[in-house]
Amino acid sequence: MTDLKQSTPPLSTDPISRRKFLKQMSALGLSMAILPGVFHGSAQAAVPQKGGRFRMGMGGAHTTDSLHTPTLADQFEMHTNYALRNNLVEVNQKGEAIPELAESWDVSSDAVKWMFDLRRGVEFHNGKTLDAEDVIYSIRHHMGPDSKSGAKGLLDQIDEIRADGKNRVLFTLKGGNADFPYILNDYHLTIVPAGTTGNEWEKGIGTGGYTLEEWEPGVRSFLKRNPNYFKQGRAHFDEVEILGINDVNARTNALKTGRIDYMNRTEVKTAHLFKRMPGIEIMQTAGGLQFTLAMLTDISPFDRNDARLALKHAIDREEIVKQVLRGYGTVGNDHPIQKNDRFFAADIPQRQYDPDKAKFYLKKAGLTDQTFPLHTSDLNTIYLDMATLFKEQARKAGLKIQLIKEPADGYWSNVWIKKPFCNCHWAARPTADMMLSVAYTSQAKWNDTHLKSPRLDELVKIARAELDQAKRQEAYAECQRIIRDEGGTIVPCFKDYVEAASTKVQHGPISGLLESDAHRAAERWWFA
Amino acid sequence: MSSLIKFIQKAPWSAKIGIIILVINIAVAAFAPVISPYGETEITGDVWEEMSLTHPLGTDHLGRDLLSRLIYGARNTIALALMITFLSFSLGTLGGFLAATLGGWCDTLLSRTVDLVLSFPTLIFALMVLSVVGTSIFSLICVIAILDATRVFRLARAVAMDIAVMDFVEAGRLRGEKTGWIILREILPNALPPLVAEFGLRFCFVFLFIAGLSFLGLGIQPPTADWGSMVKENAGAITFGIFTPLWPAAAIAFITVGVNLIVDWFLNLASGLKE
Amino acid sequence: MPTGLPNGGGLPDMKDMTATILKRIGHSVITLFVISILIFAGVEALPGDLAESILGQSALPETVEAFRKELKLDLPPHVRYISWLGDFVQGEMGRSLSNHRPITELIGWRLSNTLFLAAAAAVVAVPLAIILGILAALYRNTFFDRIVSMVSLSAISFPEFFIAYILIALISVKLPLFPSISTLDDQMSLADKLYTIVLPCLTLTMVVLAHMMRQTRAAIINVLATPYIEMARLKGVSRLRVVVLHAFPNALSPVINVVALNMAYLVAGVVIVEVVFVYPGLGQLLVDSVSKRDLPVVQASGLIFASVYIGLNLLADLLSIASNPRLRNPR
Repeated sequence: MTDLKQSTPPLSTDPISRRKFLKQMSALGLSMAILPGVFHGSAQAAVPQKGGRFRMGMGGAHTTDSLHTPTLADQFEMHTNYALRNNLVEVNQKGEAIPELAESWDVSSDAVKWMFDLRRGVEFHNGKTLDAEDVIYSIRHHMGPDSKSGAKGLLDQIDEIRADGKNRVLFTLKGGNADFPYILNDYHLTIVPAGTTGNEWEKGIGTGGYTLEEWEPGVRSFLKRNPNYFKQGRAHFDEVEILGINDVNARTNALKTGRIDYMNRTEVKTAHLFKRMPGIEIMQTAGGLQFTLAMLTDISPFDRNDARLALKHAIDREEIVKQVLRGYGTVGNDHPIQKNDRFFAADIPQRQYDPDKAKFYLKKAGLTDQTFPLHTSDLNTIYLDMATLFKEQARKAGLKIQLIKEPADGYWSNVWIKKPFCNCHWAARPTADMMLSVAYTSQAKWNDTHLKSPRLDELVKIARAELDQAKRQEAYAECQRIIRDEGGTIVPCFKDYVEAASTKVQHGPISGLLESDAHRAAERWWFA
Repeated sequence: MSSLIKFIQKAPWSAKIGIIILVINIAVAAFAPVISPYGETEITGDVWEEMSLTHPLGTDHLGRDLLSRLIYGARNTIALALMITFLSFSLGTLGGFLAATLGGWCDTLLSRTVDLVLSFPTLIFALMVLSVVGTSIFSLICVIAILDATRVFRLARAVAMDIAVMDFVEAGRLRGEKTGWIILREILPNALPPLVAEFGLRFCFVFLFIAGLSFLGLGIQPPTADWGSMVKENAGAITFGIFTPLWPAAAIAFITVGVNLIVDWFLNLASGLKE
Repeated sequence: MPTGLPNGGGLPDMKDMTATILKRIGHSVITLFVISILIFAGVEALPGDLAESILGQSALPETVEAFRKELKLDLPPHVRYISWLGDFVQGEMGRSLSNHRPITELIGWRLSNTLFLAAAAAVVAVPLAIILGILAALYRNTFFDRIVSMVSLSAISFPEFFIAYILIALISVKLPLFPSISTLDDQMSLADKLYTIVLPCLTLTMVVLAHMMRQTRAAIINVLATPYIEMARLKGVSRLRVVVLHAFPNALSPVINVVALNMAYLVAGVVIVEVVFVYPGLGQLLVDSVSKRDLPVVQASGLIFASVYIGLNLLADLLSIASNPRLRNPR
């Protein structure tokens, strides 16, 4: 079933076959085992030092937090989980899928059958040796009718998982997916010992670089380095203390007084004030975090593409990046693919704020006197700021927008995909396919615009199973054009992650996939 | 009018200061659009600029002129606080007096209900109710007024209980006066001093309550200016050694002190204690 | 207000006192029962449920359904309430719905933290407020009185989080004397813990001081107008003696009530201070579990707060009765 020519990682901008990869590694005199460390360390001249207690102040902590992987949702629990457990596949700072608990993988030529070889001799914190059963248990836990996992939608494409011996797992997909390894990097899909159940989840047993010493949900997790960690050149700190600090001013004070070494979620409006503080570094990471305005394309007046185009021309993206993000971000072009993505179609012209065109399309749609109710919320401060500014910009273009403020509680279940026009945001997805098939294809689980484009569906399906880079490029470019010109989504901006740390914290290039170096900060960073 | 002026002239200096403070605040609120240098929501500078000639008190967390926000805030804040306090006092005293004069099931029902509300943390209670009904200005006024009314109720009931057993009330009852008459003519005048003292404090607590709600993510919706939310929005500046949020806080302190100076004077008059 | 108390002797009749207490406790149990129904109804009325709020944006209809089934949220409300009540009556608090921790364990630690902070703040604030109140009444309308009044009024005009930020800016960042966040852990000694909570304790003291102080002052001044005080003054008793020995004991009842009210606040109302100082108290737990609709935790912490409130009020009433012969013998 395997075709060795198509192995790791088939998807990077500069695809390297596994053989070439291995050759390079051996040329450097390094073995496969220290691979991730090389990736990391080689990016920075400094050699990572061991030791110290890394104290992190994290917003996004709740006393209801849990280490049960299906329900992971916010920063405190996610970071703790990533310090304790590993995925099969890691996505590095360049956006490439690299081996983690899977040592290597192979794929059939139709991208339907995937084979993952597990790293041997990896031990869980409780002494058990990792085998195929653990992997199958950990993935299956998110599947099936009783699953309450946030990753369930991603895994619906799996037809069958089975073990082939103790160290090999075979996945059969319902359709070809060249990006499948990226899915296994999802933060829900970390590997735990088979049979983990009930309260055992809270013990945090995994294969990760740190072991759990204390776990007070939403308050504090205290971790110690796992002396038995399978990765070399990772997990440099002796101890990691993660404190849940939800108030941004409390985090700032704690960083200033040296109580913590790192804080997440720095407000963009105060970033320039941080720069004045001695001994503190602002970390700005571009990623795929995007803020959108979603219109239901099957509900009047948004069922008319001219109405959608009128609104798309009535928003000043530059001003939103400048005012709302204070420059910590980039403009969007009404499709979900970010500039750094390898499939970003650079030749599509950037849509501009154009009051005349907006008026033209509005008239063409016969909606000159229409008031558009936009449902927004203080769920996220960006929402309200963006909606308020948009209302003002649209007014200048002759469009009436009425803001309706919805409570943050229950926003996702009562407003989003229910109201015809509302705010939304999306965390970065590591591949174009994941983003498109999560929200834009007809069958997408979270199609928040009810977009039904048979051509788009077809293109996504073809590109997903296609292993040829150029053909995929072409298909994805057309997808971007379709969404931009026919879709129900306005994508005004992509926001950078803005975080702050003491200057003694050292790190390589930071991943923009999720906050805190894609939640691998405890594993990747070190003290000077 | 002239008798009022004479009355004020006789007031102690502290009360006069209180009156001046109140008059200034009301004037500022009334003439906000005339005296304010910029518009209420106009962005005129960078975030948290220092004091300068163009921005006498600096700018706020979005780069709006703080002085203008403060002036417009006087309108919303004072109007809101007055409305809520009057509403809560009307509700609370009426309930309290009724409970005290009627007694029996009416007293039991009202007292138990109030106990129920009071025994759950107020802020969290408000949080839950506002999550259900939404945070419009109207619902905000109603929720805070009702929560505040429970505290006024307890005080009013306690005070009225003491008065209701006095001889002159008893005499009124024997004369066959109606409950309404007794409450208005006998109880209210005698219960006024402690209620007025409470009014002074409650008035100030309304600002704090709104500020507290906005700290937890509810409260008055931006971009409307109100002092409580302004403190909260700008509080982060303190962290960077910028003292912008002191201004709205000082404004709240200013009017609180003013109102309470007048209240003190009134208390002294009512208690009959001479200097 | 006491009703149905006995006439007669100087000391309260112990038997009737016991009867009153028992009656009040009976009332309290009913009140708590009604509160538990209200909490339940309140959480039910909030938009969304635990399954939706935990899954958030990644919720799918089928995952929400599966989650609900697992948590038994698909049962009708009254069935869930009765099953909760049944467990509760048997002393079984249950487990948190969101992370399966036993509620007794989850709450026990936080309750002790909350009580610790409240006690520390009360030990500082109550005596200080009463002494200042007495002094202000003694020197009423003097410069001293006005200054104390104005300073305390200004202090309460500042929202508590703002007082906290100022204190942090001054004596944690500028002068690095005390820590700006107050996370506790089990290895700390009592002295360490006290040092850690200095700033939240100071903040709370400033918040509750003015209210108690002003009420003490007002209550004493109120008593000073009565004939027997004038009598004492005419007999040539000094001002200090009059205020401390004659007026203050007679003004105790309102003072006790306002102290009780503020103590209840210190236990139940300090969620904002907990957030600012990252103090692991019960208020934060309640807010979090309300926002996640974790009903058993909301119930347990809500009922603890209610019991504290009811208990303190009962205590205040009993103390008022004991402190005041006129209340012991109403007309």
